[in-house]
Amino acid sequence: MHEQALLQIADDELVLGWRDSEWTGIAPVLEEDVAFSSIAQNEIGHARAIYSLLSEDPDALALDRRPEEYRSSALVEMRFVPDWAHTIARRWLYEQADAIRIARLAASDDAAVAGLAAKIQREEAYHLMHADMWAERLRDEPRFRAAVDDLLPLVLGLLEPGDRPALLAATGLGEVTAIERGPHDESWPQLWEEMTMVRRSEPAGVAW
Amino acid sequence: MGDTAPESGARSAARAGGGAGLRPAGAGGGQGMPVWEVFRQERKGQPFQHAGSVVAPEQEFARAYAHEQYGRRGESTALWVVPRGSILEVEDFVDELGRNYHRVDGYSLKEKLKEARARAGTAPDR
Repeated sequence: MHEQALLQIADDELVLGWRDSEWTGIAPVLEEDVAFSSIAQNEIGHARAIYSLLSEDPDALALDRRPEEYRSSALVEMRFVPDWAHTIARRWLYEQADAIRIARLAASDDAAVAGLAAKIQREEAYHLMHADMWAERLRDEPRFRAAVDDLLPLVLGLLEPGDRPALLAATGLGEVTAIERGPHDESWPQLWEEMTMVRRSEPAGVAW
Repeated sequence: MGDTAPESGARSAARAGGGAGLRPAGAGGGQGMPVWEVFRQERKGQPFQHAGSVVAPEQEFARAYAHEQYGRRGESTALWVVPRGSILEVEDFVDELGRNYHRVDGYSLKEKLKEARARAGTAPDR
């Protein structure tokens, strides 16, 4: 399997898990707080599993790279608190795109990759259910619709060009020009700073 | 019903919701949202037991929230998620005359047997 593709997915999952966990304790209703936090934690778990496929030392891969070495999309890096419309629009669009790329991994010739993808798929099914129920509920809410339009180009950029029509079909959204993965969000340096702060506070090789 | 009998979970949950009894779905939840009672089956074949409740605007949200709160650690094999208003509570069990002999635990056979054995002189050594 292509390591770069796996690293992109792992970085997306780690950073989105981080961003979504910013809602812990402050989501609009408590039930949603629990569910949303749990999903955010799952995403970090998926990142960990993929990093472990790629490296003997997943922590180093996750937290010891320079900011410019991360392959995460600007989509997952953006800080949306306290904008719930954008947060839930990202969650929904991301899950739709993720389902498509994880299905690709599940069909991989590499048994380890395919096996892990199948495990992730079982958990993502609930993420998708959660995201779909929100999208259904907010379908006619102007702030949600505006957020979806706002984010769609970046979401398309998560996928290989050949997989993009599948995303449009799954979401019922009209075609727009994709924004390719590459340039980080302006908030990325600060996010990286915080994300790796504890790790960098100790010399490499320290035992936690 | 004895004083120490455990209160049914659904009822205590209903009380926690702010009322003296069960309230219809649509009442008692935060922000006017319905309360859903969640019953949990730990292992296949075991009875479902009341686990708690979730507040959710509609069935799909109730399903997702129950799944996250009562299933994400693998502690359940199945859940029943029921709108609180759909639960019929029956709690009037009058026993003015103390007719405890109607109950399985109301008549201690063990004691009577012991007395009878003592009278007959056939009590076991201990």
